[in-house]
Order: sequence, then C-alpha cells, then structure tokens
Amino acid sequence: MGAHHHGPAQGISRWLFTTNHKDIGTMYLWFSFAMFLLGGFFAMVIRAELFQPGMQLVEPAFFNQMTTLHGLVMVFGAIMPSFVGLANWLIPMMIGAPDMALPRMNNWSFWILPPAFLMLASTLFMEGGAPAFGWTFYAPLSTTYAAPSVTFFIFAIHILGVSSIMGSINIIATVMNMRAPGMTYMKMPLFVWTWLITAFLLVAVMPVLAGAVTMMLMDIHFGTSFFSAAGGGDPVLFQHIFWFFGHPEVYIIILPAFGVVSQIIPAFSRKPLFGYASMVYATASIAFLSFIVWAHHMYTVGMPIAGELFFMYATMLIAVPTGVKVFNWISTMWRGALSFETPMLFCIGFLILFTLGGFTGLMLSIAPADFQYHDTYFVVAHFHYVMVAGAVFSMTAAIYYWLPKWCGRMYSEAMGKTHFWISFIGFNITFFPQHFVGLAGMPRRIPDYALQFADFNMMSSIGAFIYGASQLLFLYNVIAAIVAGKPVSDEKVWDGAEGLEWTVPTPAPYHTFEEPPAVPKPAGTI
Amino acid sequence: MSSLRFSRVPAIDTALKLVTLAIAMFAFVFVVMVPLYNVLCDALGINGKTAGQAYTAVPSVIDESREITVQFVAINNDGMPWSFAPDTRMMRVNPGAANGVVFHAMNPTDADMVAQAIPSISPSRAAAYFHKTECFCFDQQPLDGQSGAEMPLQFIVDQDLPGDIHTITLSYTLFDVTDTVTDGLASR
Repeated sequence: MGAHHHGPAQGISRWLFTTNHKDIGTMYLWFSFAMFLLGGFFAMVIRAELFQPGMQLVEPAFFNQMTTLHGLVMVFGAIMPSFVGLANWLIPMMIGAPDMALPRMNNWSFWILPPAFLMLASTLFMEGGAPAFGWTFYAPLSTTYAAPSVTFFIFAIHILGVSSIMGSINIIATVMNMRAPGMTYMKMPLFVWTWLITAFLLVAVMPVLAGAVTMMLMDIHFGTSFFSAAGGGDPVLFQHIFWFFGHPEVYIIILPAFGVVSQIIPAFSRKPLFGYASMVYATASIAFLSFIVWAHHMYTVGMPIAGELFFMYATMLIAVPTGVKVFNWISTMWRGALSFETPMLFCIGFLILFTLGGFTGLMLSIAPADFQYHDTYFVVAHFHYVMVAGAVFSMTAAIYYWLPKWCGRMYSEAMGKTHFWISFIGFNITFFPQHFVGLAGMPRRIPDYALQFADFNMMSSIGAFIYGASQLLFLYNVIAAIVAGKPVSDEKVWDGAEGLEWTVPTPAPYHTFEEPPAVPKPAGTI
Repeated sequence: MSSLRFSRVPAIDTALKLVTLAIAMFAFVFVVMVPLYNVLCDALGINGKTAGQAYTAVPSVIDESREITVQFVAINNDGMPWSFAPDTRMMRVNPGAANGVVFHAMNPTDADMVAQAIPSISPSRAAAYFHKTECFCFDQQPLDGQSGAEMPLQFIVDQDLPGDIHTITLSYTLFDVTDTVTDGLASR
C-alpha cells in the first residue's frame, strides 16, 4: 500500500511525466488561462482599432489575423481545454474513481496541446502573416487566397483535434468503467452527465473538422479540387462540412457549462437540483439536435426553400430543451435559502445573460430575418453572450467554487465580488451595443466602419478594456488565494455543497478514492 | 503495490471502440459527405449546377404557348485576363426547342493558357430543366497566346419547367487552370 500513497515527484518532471488526474487538470486550467489572456490580448487589439472610425493602429491584413486568431485561440485554446481541465479534476472525484481510466494517454492529450498553439501563434511571425480568413476558415479564402502559413494552421488543428479526441475517449472510458459501486448513471452529478454527452459529441465531430482541414491541405498542396469550383469542386461544400462540425462544437462548449451551473446553483440555493432527470434528457436532446441544424449558419448560400424551412424549425426546436434547463435552474432557486457568494453571482450572471444570448439565437434562427442579420455585429453580440457570458462566466464560477477544495485556501470574497461586478458591467457595455450596430447593418470582421456607428463602437471598446482588465484581478485573486489565502479545512467548503468531491479532505489529497466510497443519496433526489 | 481495484480491460475496450468511432467519422467525411453532397446537388439541382455531360436530345413537342427568357452572363474569375462574352446577352426561347449561342474568348497574353468555365443557373430550381446538348464547359479550353476562339453552346429548355419560372439566368465563370494542367495534377 505504501508505494501507492506517495506524493508528487519533485521538479519539472512532476509535470512532464505526471499521470495524476489532478496534476493534469491543473496544467489544463493554467494553460487555458494563458490562452485566455493571449486571445484576450488579440481582442484588445481589435477593440483598440475599432475605438474610432478610420484606420488607426493596425493594417487591415493584421486586423484580419487578429479576428482569426482571437476566435481560434478562445475556442480551441481557452474554453475547450479549460473544461477538459475541470473534467480531469472533478470527474474522478465526483464518481468515486481513483484516477482517469487511461492516465498515460491523459498525459499525452495535454502535452500535445502547447506545441499546437505554439505553432499556431508562430504563424504571426511568418512571411505573409498568420491565418486571416476568420476562425471559420471558409474556402476558398483559406485555400486559394491564404497565406503560406495556412499549412501550419492545418497541422495545429490536426494536433489539437487529436488532443480533444484523446481527452474525450478518456472521459467516456472513465465514466463508463470507473464509477464507484452504487454510482448508477442516474445518480451521477450533472457535471459528469453533461461531460459524458459532450465527450461523445467531440469524438463524433472532431474527426469531421480534421477531414475538412485535410481536404484543404489536399486542395492547397496535392492538386485536388474539393472546394475549388474550377476543378469541379464546390466552396459551399466546405461550409456544410465545417458547420456539421461547427454546430455540435458550440454545444461542446456550452454543455459542460450547463453542468457546472447545475452543480453550483443547488449548492447556494441549499436545495437539490430541480428536475434532475429532465436535465439529463434535455442535455441528450440538445446533443442530438445539434447534428441536424448546421445549415442555419448558411441561410444565405442559396439553399432551396425546403432546406431553409427544415433548418429553421429544427433550430427553433432546440429552444425547448434549453428552456427546460433554464426553468429548472430558476425552479431550483425558487424558495431556496439563497446566498450570493462569488460562484453563485457568476451563475446568476450566466443565467440572465445566457438566456439573452439564447433569445438572440432564436431571432437569428428565423431564416428570412437572418438575411438581414447575417455577418453583422448582431451575430457577434449573440455568440459572445452565449460563449463569454455562457461558457466563460460558468468556468469562472467553477474556479471560485472548487478552488478552495483544490488548494485548501479561500480566495478573497470581496475581490471575487468586485471581479464579478466589473465583469458583468464590462461585458454588457462591450456587447450590448453590438446588437444595435449589428441591426443597423455594421458588418463583422471589418477594421473600419461608417460614422454613425462611432459612439456605440467607442462604448464597446471601453467595455472591452474594462472586461479585459477585470480578468487580471481574477488572476491576482486566484494566485493570492493559492499562495496566502485563508486556510480552509472543512471537507464541505460550502455548507450547501453536495457530492462525493466534498467528502474527501480539504485540500484534496494527491490520491483520492483508492478505496471505493459509499455512494450517498444522489444529488437529484430528496 | 495494491491490486488495482478496477480492471483496466473494460476501459481499454471502451477506448478502442471510441477510436474506431473517431476513425469512422473521419472516413465518413470523405466517403459519405462529399459524394452525398455531389449526388444530392446533381439529383436536385440545388446549387444551380447543370449536368457535366451532354444531354441526349429526345424528340419532343415544342411548346409554342410559352416563352422563356434566357439570360447569359460571362464572368472572369479573379486574375483571369481573357476577354470572354456571349454573342447575345438574352434570348427568348420556347420550351422543347433547340437553341444555340456562341461565346467568344480571347487570350490577350503572350502565354499559352488553359481555361475552365463553370456554369451556374439561377434560379437553381431551373438547373434540372436546362439541358445542354453541347457545351464548351464540358471540356477545358486551351488557347495559345494572342488567339481567340468561338465556343458554342446548344441547349433545350425542358417542357416540364415549373410554370412560375419565366426567366433563367445562365452564368459562366471562367477560371485559369493553366497551372493545375501543366503540373499534371488536374482532377478532371
């Protein structure tokens, strides 16, 4: 037994060779935060250029590289790895497993990520510049008209795709095979459920993305014509393949966020989650629907009317399971003994702003109206309400919620609340005006704009600087907590917290649940 | 070492099944999505593409009661230096009747070049009813430097063309495919 209770190895080799799910989770989280700051820096360049009309700071070509890299780094470098990190830390602790099912593969799936993003970032210094075709990299912009660095971009996408697939396989294998005795599927915490479904989505669609970039590679270097009209191919085919990946991808980003919120709201409402089973079924329904709505991103390519109608109605249908979730969260809070610590504030912020983003999504789903909204700032506002106020807010809530458990020290509640309010206000100043300029016709991805949009754009930029700065406060708060936070030793850091991860000592020891725990009553029942 | 509480075997089984799924999805893109897209577009004419081969004319009655306006558009793709235009911009035709139009192309450069014309029909629903018995777009068009050519198009508009379609626009975009042809990598 003794050999099994050793602590971590010392020095750099601890991190290079670790197979411990907590170490790997920590590395994922720090890596994704670094990418969040990098992607945020790109966003600051964008907003600085758009502060005033006219060309101010950067060349249009460089502006395009910024919008492209901002999207790629935030989606693939910040949000996705952060939730994989959270899954690594929490899933074994939530289902009573000693570690992930395939720990060595776990090490690989993390360590191939930094080289992929190093390669992607290095394209900035290459001749012709970084990819400048938007994060959706539509052909032929990304094939015929791309800078030579596109080949490095393709390779980076391949690597991070492999990383995501390996991480997902590990999560599915863990959840299916490593649950403690008595932890039946319908007793699993919702975070585990949403990640299980997310992992299936990832295994199904990351290969599709890999296929899309492989076709680009072949078109560019090997003379095929998948997306080249001159050779008998079709650029619209690219959009179909991309969005067949891309739409499930947005649920890959948001479903784990739903899981986080479903853990935190009950804890600070001191009530079990309302409608546990319906939450599971709603998540599964959203995942299924995500495969049959992709063409709502391409209403303007000239689809037949039957296609437009099908994708419009299928898209609207997604509002039903999503509405079930939102109402369940509200019902959980209803007549609960609410308290408003930082994680809860971020979850309530999520609830309000994500719902707003959902409503604008419904507006965009209306095919005839979308012809007006398409490729305007209205779309930008919509997806930042669901990506930032959805995924990033819930991720922030998760860090505040579980950090004391991880490191045994409390963050500063005053600083946390300040972070929330600055974030909430800064976020809304940034993105709310973008609805208006979008409806008035301001196109996205353009470094200049007509004079009538100047005031709202200046507001947007000021809000973005505020929101960006508030993340530095977050970083400081987390580091201060880890280094010198008030020690906490209660197993349940929060009095309303439920779940196996709160039954191990605080801070969580290097190895947990080497003996299977007794499974308490499930989170969803009374 | 304590014995492992969980056997790794089922986990590896699960993982292998998932790897198979991932590989299958990668293959799915190439062997299902791409051909399916092409088949659907051909069968339904939904992206305005006309058939890539000549239509064999079948004897049919000419519908004198209907006149369809057919417009011709010639576009040069980015960087294509040829001059390229039809001899008539518009004609009125009866469904079922054979019609002809000639496109003129001229290569003003000193280099020998090869072009490929890509057709597109608007409204795209009409693509399935627009039959070409002869078209320069079926083949690549080589032109020596400083020379020109007449490129014929023969077509029949089907009698079954939906009644609400009164105008059909046929557009050709001319692509420079010299590089792909000389590299010996042309896919067609």
